[in-house]
Amino acid sequence: MNLKELYQEIILDHGKNPRNLKKTENFNKDAKGHNPLCGDKVHVFLKIDENKNISDISFEGSGCAISMASASIMTDLMKEKKENEVKELVDDFLKMIKDSPEMKSKIISDDEKTKLMSLSGVKQYPMRVKCATLAWHTLTSAMNNSQEEINTEKFD
Amino acid sequence: MNIDNIKKQFPIFNNKVHNNDLVYLDSANSSQKPQVVVDRIYDFYTKEFSNVGRSVHYLAVAATNLYENTRSMMQKYINAKDPNEIVFTKGATEAINLVANTFGQKFLEEGDEILLTELEHHSNYVPWHYLRKLKGIKINFAEINNDGEITIESIEKSITPKTKMIAITHLSNVTGAILPIKEITSLAHSKNIPILIDGCQGAPHLKLDMQDIDCDFYAISCHKMYGPTGLGVLYAKKKWLEALPPYQGGGGMIREVKKEGISFGDLPNKYEAGTMATAQVIAFGESIKFLNQIGIENIEKHESELTKYGEEVLRKNNSVKLVGNPKNKGSVLSFTLDGIHAHDIATILDEDGVAIRAGHHCCQILHDKLGLTATARASLGVYNTKEDLDKLNESINNCKKIFDR
Repeated sequence: MNLKELYQEIILDHGKNPRNLKKTENFNKDAKGHNPLCGDKVHVFLKIDENKNISDISFEGSGCAISMASASIMTDLMKEKKENEVKELVDDFLKMIKDSPEMKSKIISDDEKTKLMSLSGVKQYPMRVKCATLAWHTLTSAMNNSQEEINTEKFD
Repeated sequence: MNIDNIKKQFPIFNNKVHNNDLVYLDSANSSQKPQVVVDRIYDFYTKEFSNVGRSVHYLAVAATNLYENTRSMMQKYINAKDPNEIVFTKGATEAINLVANTFGQKFLEEGDEILLTELEHHSNYVPWHYLRKLKGIKINFAEINNDGEITIESIEKSITPKTKMIAITHLSNVTGAILPIKEITSLAHSKNIPILIDGCQGAPHLKLDMQDIDCDFYAISCHKMYGPTGLGVLYAKKKWLEALPPYQGGGGMIREVKKEGISFGDLPNKYEAGTMATAQVIAFGESIKFLNQIGIENIEKHESELTKYGEEVLRKNNSVKLVGNPKNKGSVLSFTLDGIHAHDIATILDEDGVAIRAGHHCCQILHDKLGLTATARASLGVYNTKEDLDKLNESINNCKKIFDR
């Protein structure tokens, strides 16, 4: 494994200049996530319209290039997605990061899949998997209106 | 002092990490183990094993003597007055919990105050925190200055008439600041306040003399002193060990047990309930011998030169910012890199075989104060060389290359 696979250009780009790094105005759902081992923090904000579409999504937080890139790419991807699509994509992404060789979902383009697959380099770095999944677990928590702060130590 | 010869005594350096020689810069977290310590554990289990302090058979007597011999060696190593002032624990964390728990039980009441510093490791804060809820005590933090130091003035300013205990680190595991513990102890005693020193980072690097420092408690982590894991030492003045109640109850710590009541054993048994980490204690005797053979004065000199060299090298590197600038600094070099998070630094350095730690190093209070969420930390041990620090610097430059693509 070489580091250039982990730190692909797309990750460095999103890591250094995260998209959607702000607080959505008039958000109606949100959740906080925390990785107690390294101190990475993320706060996801959602604005869900009456048709259960994500009309806006953003995040605030600080962390390593992997966690920032993951949150950035995720928030880009989830805009305009329906609630059930969000769930499907989160599951698909978490499976890919854990053991599946690719993403199976048909609701995103090949281009978008490539972007997400750029995060698959963490599979070779078990200590860094939680950096990539923090924002995704936090998004699920926000969708479920869970008041509990996400803590990466509670997941596999 | 020949570092090559010293390094040869540590078998871990025969291994490669990602096909590179290991550059181990994480000794503040835990030090590597010399062959003699590893061998001692093996020998004890294969030739001499028995539980200590109970049976009268040959092996039990021999094992008890070996176990107590380490206690005496430790007493001499830190110049304690009495071997019974050495209590073995499962780590420095348990040593501090023991004091917080028993001292809190007996001597603290609602409204009493404990004085810590902003440099403290969580293990010298969380045990005291429990007493907030249990006893309604208050915890105060002496503030660091801009160089990441704790001065005697800062301590003096924070003492109030309600301060009942001062608990401070000897050497910060983040800024490397060495605290003037002898002066602080004398200040505490002038106000009749007992003092506990968290010696996790002090004991592996600095000459210790308990009678000279005169502190009431000193907590030691053996795995940071080239010894086995699962073992710590609490030094406590005899008057305290006699005055405080037992910490844990169980076998080995009692005198007489009746249905109506129990009387407790004498020191040191009173604080060593249950079967202790016997093999670790006996092997730790070899760590003390190892340290004595080199001489702690020589270790101090070597590590102080290395720390200065490391500071120089990293200061010349424009993208590195060192965390803290204490005048009296021990073997710790914490730093940040412009635009690169500490975890990314640690992953990239690891690929070059350079082992450092990234994160808050169990010091969230300090990181909050510094406005940082995470720092990278290179920490030194007796086996490190200037070449290791050059390699660190090279590898840091490699981080920049990867991130500046």
